[in-house]
Amino acid sequence: MLFRRNREVEAPSAEAQGDLDDSGPDPLGTDLNGSVSETDLFEDEETEDDAVERTRRSRFGRSRGVLRTPLLGLRRRQRVDEKTLEELEEALILADVGISTTQFLLGQLRAKLRTKELSGDFEEMIRDLEASIIALFDGEDRELHRSHLRTTVWLFVGVNGVGKTTTIGKLAGREVASGHSVVLAAGDTFRAAAGDQLALWSVRSGADIVQGADGADPSSVVYDAIAHAHARGADLVLADSAGRLQNKTNLMEELKKIRRVADREPGEVTEVLLVLDATTGQNGLTQAREFARAVEVSGVVLTKLDGTAKGGIVLAIRHELGLPIKLVGLGEQIDDLVVFDPVEFAAALFEEGERE
Amino acid sequence: MFETLTDRFDEIFTRLKGRGRLGDAEVDEVLREIRVALLEGDVALEVVRDLIEALRARCSGAELSKSLTPAQQVIKVVNEELTQTLGGETFTLRYASIPPTIVLLAGLQGSGKTTAAAKLALWFKQQGRHPLLVGADLQRPAAVEQLKVLGREVGVAVFSEASDPFSVARRGVAEAVRVGRDVVIVDTAGRITIDEPLMAEVRSIHDSIDPDYTFLVIDAMTGQDAVQTARAFHLALELDGVILSKIDGDARGGAAISVKSVVGRPIAFVSTGERVGDFESFHPDRMASRILGMGDVLSLIERAESVYDEETATAAMESLRQGKFTFEDFLDQLQQMKKMGPLSSVLSMMPGLPKEMKNAKIEDRDVARIEAIIRSMTPEERVTPTLIDGSRRLRISHGSGTSTTQINNLLRQFKEMQKMMRSSVMAAGLARAAKGRKKKGGRVTPSSK
Repeated sequence: MLFRRNREVEAPSAEAQGDLDDSGPDPLGTDLNGSVSETDLFEDEETEDDAVERTRRSRFGRSRGVLRTPLLGLRRRQRVDEKTLEELEEALILADVGISTTQFLLGQLRAKLRTKELSGDFEEMIRDLEASIIALFDGEDRELHRSHLRTTVWLFVGVNGVGKTTTIGKLAGREVASGHSVVLAAGDTFRAAAGDQLALWSVRSGADIVQGADGADPSSVVYDAIAHAHARGADLVLADSAGRLQNKTNLMEELKKIRRVADREPGEVTEVLLVLDATTGQNGLTQAREFARAVEVSGVVLTKLDGTAKGGIVLAIRHELGLPIKLVGLGEQIDDLVVFDPVEFAAALFEEGERE
Repeated sequence: MFETLTDRFDEIFTRLKGRGRLGDAEVDEVLREIRVALLEGDVALEVVRDLIEALRARCSGAELSKSLTPAQQVIKVVNEELTQTLGGETFTLRYASIPPTIVLLAGLQGSGKTTAAAKLALWFKQQGRHPLLVGADLQRPAAVEQLKVLGREVGVAVFSEASDPFSVARRGVAEAVRVGRDVVIVDTAGRITIDEPLMAEVRSIHDSIDPDYTFLVIDAMTGQDAVQTARAFHLALELDGVILSKIDGDARGGAAISVKSVVGRPIAFVSTGERVGDFESFHPDRMASRILGMGDVLSLIERAESVYDEETATAAMESLRQGKFTFEDFLDQLQQMKKMGPLSSVLSMMPGLPKEMKNAKIEDRDVARIEAIIRSMTPEERVTPTLIDGSRRLRISHGSGTSTTQINNLLRQFKEMQKMMRSSVMAAGLARAAKGRKKKGGRVTPSSK
């Protein structure tokens, strides 16, 4: 799909595909659109400037260079009154920021208005709010850490359908493109054709893959992948896991075991990334809390931010749990992954979404 | 765990003493609490606004009920309002006069369409139909493969080909006609609603195959975006219904109300788990209490059903309904609960439980302790706990190896639970459930438990 791509070579249309084998992963590395693996095209065509520009024109950057439009539904005014604050509260709630964090942010605003730190000018208040939101993310550790002595393992966890496998594929592409050797661990042994899905990404990204039989013990598949990576001297293992709802105790126990096993010699789990769908409401906070309790989440990947949802729940996650937001997913293609940027994120929170 | 709404309301209404009507000031305060509860439950802001106004109209100046506390009275009204918004009648599927009946599934990425397609196929099979699955998601790596694996699992053939979604859908329907299938279920790729080409694609698929039913599959944990998404898909496709997925999670599920309000079509089915049998008709009344944060007592009973035999279940429900819940019943329940799953999740579904009981992460040893206490009671004491005086308490404490404090706690908490069980709202709900069960005489779909 070619939505919002900024590339010079267009993939051929679907009709022109012809004889594509739909029964399994394609050994030639063509994706279902018939184009050659994107990373190959990428290396040759794009300069660094292009890459930066493409990032800008991501969902974050849509309004870059355009005067910031009013916060969703908020009427632009001269002075701030109680009505304004109510509208502001509603706007934040519409972004899924949640009551608690919204009240925290507004509480700060009200205090500043009372002490006259803020004059009551509308624009000034908006700027201050944006700054407060950005400040929530101050001091975040957004780096993806690697092991010094053992095989680096990054474990991906989250509920069903959030985009774990796709995120792994994108990250693998990025790592391979920057010269690392990567092994994918097909740790989702439950979902139908999950291994096949990851295998396609292994082909697209140039990473190796280790799969088990259907229904195999996920811990042993992950362990095998790490052993394989260690034997080959690979830099990085990206371990997929089955989506699971955090209220299912037995599944959370299984996840704990996966992490424990992955953290044994020769592997070291240096990142446990919680993949979170931007359309998620307040349950996102519960997800973060429960997964963090179970497997010590080191950071969050916020996916599907290219849609209409604002992903405001990450404000609550950061504010109440202190978890860093490390990456953002902006689509289904291999390069639709960027580092989380609080400035861009806050700006996007404040812009009107595109509506049909 | 949150304080229940009744707890919050009780505090507000203690001021309402000796008055015959619900005062405006108290109603306002209570409506503020409800607003918070609904927003925390992910109900869309615009829907919350409408609901609050409707509630204000119903509650302001209303006479105080004789049989309900003001708090219960308001809760009852809120429950009714929510249930009404969510439901109306249950969804009934009408088959096309000329087969096949064509079903199209659409939704965002990751919402559960492919799994729902297979579950729907199984559901139709159990209705005596002969469905064909069509894999028109050519975008997601191995999506067709996933559908094929699921198809094998439910014993339903899957059609797909390596062309384009539009052609697959059309040829899939043609294939169904050719081999004499009476139902076709077309799975499509997930898509974001601001992707115009993709929305145009699904619209063209829809127009081409002219489905009898177009369902939006939406994740129960969706937040405020639910209205955006529902509107866009409804505009493009004229939805006939909604399938709510992943309701086995602990999301409050306000998206259900949001989508229903915006689309105006019923929530036809809910997906209650990862296995193909985890698929049911939607029950508005149960969803209403869950969204409010009041737990899902009826769901608890249904779960219990699958573990209890018919007789025990009916008897238990009867005694619950009549408020005659005793320690004997509780002992039965505990043992059944042990079979159902972690106690904390089961308890979390029971509204009105005292905070301490809910917040305490109840482990199996707590169950063992509670069981021991109850077993050390005489049968009389189990039925009439008020008999338990100091000396009996001591005896029970020795017999169960627990402290009198622990026994006091249990007695107190149990009394709270009985009170809650007797409340009119719950009784009404339970009565309805009892009626519903007697009519049905069993599930439409087997649960794979």
